[in-house]
Amino acid sequence: MSAETVPRLAVRTVTKSFGAVAAVRGVSLELRAGEVHALVGENGAGKSTVVAMLAGVHRPDSGTIELDGRPLRLDTPAAALAAGIAVIYQEPTLFPDLTVAENVVMGRQPTRSFGRVDRAAMNALAADLFDRLGVAIDPDRPARGLSIADQQIVEIAKALSLDARVIVMDEPTAALSPVEVRRLFAVARTLRDGGAALLFISHRFEEITALCQRVTVLRDGALVSSDPIGELTVDEMVRRMVGRPLSALFPKREVPTGDVLLSVEGLGRRGLFSGVSFEVRAGEIVALAGLVGAGRSEVVRAVFGVDPRDSGVVRVGGRELRAGDPRAAMAAGVALVPEDRRQQGLVLEASVARNATATRWRSLARFGLLLGGTERRAAREWTARLRTKYADLDDPVARLSGGNQQKVVLAKWLSTAPRVLIVDEPTRGIDVATKAEVHRLMSDLAADGVAVLMVSSELPEVLGMADRVLVMREGRLVAEIPRDRADEESVMRAATGQEVAA
Amino acid sequence: MTAPQETAEPAGRTPDKTAASRVAVLLRARELGIVLALAALVVVTTAVNPRFLSAQSVRDLALGAAILVVLAVGQTVVVITRNIDLSVGSVLGLSAFATGSLLQAAPGTPVVLALLVGTLVGGLCGLVNGALVRFGNVPALVVTLGTLYVYRGVCFFWAGGQQINADELPPAFLGFGTATLLGVPWLLLIALAVVLVAGFALRSYRSGRELYAMGSNPRAAVLAGVPVGRRLLVAFTVSGALAGLAGVLFAARFGTVDAASGTGDELEVVAAVVVGGVAVFGGSGTVYGAAVGALLLTTIGSALPVLAIDQFWQGAIVGALILAAIGTDRAVAARVAARLRRREAHRG
Repeated sequence: MSAETVPRLAVRTVTKSFGAVAAVRGVSLELRAGEVHALVGENGAGKSTVVAMLAGVHRPDSGTIELDGRPLRLDTPAAALAAGIAVIYQEPTLFPDLTVAENVVMGRQPTRSFGRVDRAAMNALAADLFDRLGVAIDPDRPARGLSIADQQIVEIAKALSLDARVIVMDEPTAALSPVEVRRLFAVARTLRDGGAALLFISHRFEEITALCQRVTVLRDGALVSSDPIGELTVDEMVRRMVGRPLSALFPKREVPTGDVLLSVEGLGRRGLFSGVSFEVRAGEIVALAGLVGAGRSEVVRAVFGVDPRDSGVVRVGGRELRAGDPRAAMAAGVALVPEDRRQQGLVLEASVARNATATRWRSLARFGLLLGGTERRAAREWTARLRTKYADLDDPVARLSGGNQQKVVLAKWLSTAPRVLIVDEPTRGIDVATKAEVHRLMSDLAADGVAVLMVSSELPEVLGMADRVLVMREGRLVAEIPRDRADEESVMRAATGQEVAA
Repeated sequence: MTAPQETAEPAGRTPDKTAASRVAVLLRARELGIVLALAALVVVTTAVNPRFLSAQSVRDLALGAAILVVLAVGQTVVVITRNIDLSVGSVLGLSAFATGSLLQAAPGTPVVLALLVGTLVGGLCGLVNGALVRFGNVPALVVTLGTLYVYRGVCFFWAGGQQINADELPPAFLGFGTATLLGVPWLLLIALAVVLVAGFALRSYRSGRELYAMGSNPRAAVLAGVPVGRRLLVAFTVSGALAGLAGVLFAARFGTVDAASGTGDELEVVAAVVVGGVAVFGGSGTVYGAAVGALLLTTIGSALPVLAIDQFWQGAIVGALILAAIGTDRAVAARVAARLRRREAHRG
């Protein structure tokens, strides 16, 4: 493979600025046929901008993109698709109201006489693609309601139907369960062996080493290095991404535990989970582990009262919380940092200051009016404590990178001085340096006597941070594993239902 | 390429088929519901007063519905793309007055030409709407609210308080308003043709499917290479053109045209479209549903006097229908979501 001299796709010293901010500066990249190429870097390092340029969404200010040695203009997404470049995003971009088959061939539907869309041929085409991918998805069902993993398969089928020769996967595994990741990798290898060039973006090093042949590191919009994967250790990769040696990723502190602050008894909601009981003490970090869809997020949402519950009692500091009343939960000192920060944690169009203080408008307001001064002071204090990077407090929060957005969500909740902090996937999709900071913050909070309940799908995080691991499977709490006995195997066995005894 | 072996693993995929077909049934039931409501209304009203189904009464109903149906089809094309066209009432007025003036000045003008002129005037108005939405990057709600007043203003300026009466219009044109082919009024035939052509185009042509795609997920439509800007222009032009056509039908049917013709029609059209099951947030719904919605609203309008119910209740009933339509949408969505949630939970 490496004997081939002309790369399938070459990005040559591209630069892209947004206003005064240089997102990408002189980055070069070569993708070869039959190779999976990893692109790593912290959030804000410029990965997404590179992807956007390959997808035809952004045009480079300078530099060229070459396909098989010929320069290529990618002015529109249509041009990128026509050139055989397909992009699979972390959040798949499907049409929920249309059928799966229509999603696959939108704009390129097979037609019969008079240009009419040939539905039978369209469904057959999609069914054939799913066969090749080895998955069973009904081409005639609406895309609405497909799991993220299946949505990604539909996106890959789309790429196949284009005969895409370059496939870019932008953090495709962030929301997948281990089984789904394995399926995705099998598909990716099939594509690679079929002669496609793949660009794979992920924050998980074990995935990169398992799948990729080369790795390119970006930092602050510039190219750091591009090497065969075998010549780079994970530690070295991290060092190049961060630009400095990283302090411990899991700064766990030993803290004496105090009183029970959160107690949940027999919590249930029809069709989702039932009989969930557990306690979290002051100074303790308890992880709620399990596969995606096991009902963990649903449990914490019901505990906080965003979702209703059918049965069970939730007590905070001994006092019972009313069901379905998040205001009461907040008043009792509970904070929930939700899983999906873009949809549930932030008002993306609103300013950093507004978002960071959203939980405290009542106490910050004077005579019912929210005046700029107090709001800005409070926002500045908390964003500084979390080392949030932003240009101006008045900027819309959508302009921040993923990690900094997460910090704003955290700032919003930490400023309420919670006694019980519930975090749902606190480090999903954020870079390794921010991850370490979030973990340090959780340790500090626990040391200050906060009870922390953490939902996480990342095993290293669960094992590194938790005093106790609660494992859920199919809506039930199936295991409670103390820190000294928790390891990858015991948690996965419980989560997948292969355990004999905990 | 061979199928990778590991991929046969995930279980629990077989329910896909049944879930999908159940969704399809629910959606079909959605349009069926309006048809049933219409049937019930007709049966009850006829039971109270058998003359409700007399030839004269049915023809009046059909003529009235025809205009609203044409407007509803145009509105559907726009709403499917997650936009809205509030200017249709004013476009109807402008087109009706333009056609009326033309016929007044040149009484020899053939009816077909009058129809074409009205459609063209409307199409131009629609093109302006589309261009403002596309290039001004302003929400359609705001743009068409603005042009609602602008087009009406143009109409008033032009008319200058003048009214075109039936005796100033050529008899051939007025005759067209009530003429029939094999007992079916021409107006109704035109409306039917519009429904069928639009329904066919939306269902069976790439460009039609792309309109649904744009409404279902605008960002994804851009990424999928759909020429979003061009399709948007076409959608608004179609809506304007059909409003223009409706203007000519209006002039032919009523014979009297002034600058205020069609005032307030935009809300009735949006109501018909929503009641007909077209999702306000785009991506789903059919022109057939919208047409039945328009028919239902017209029928309510003429059934109330027959049932001796105060006209004053009409607004309340239309409002209740809109809420029921939206409620049904939400209920269907919630049921689908709940079932998928249960399925996901079992799958783990």
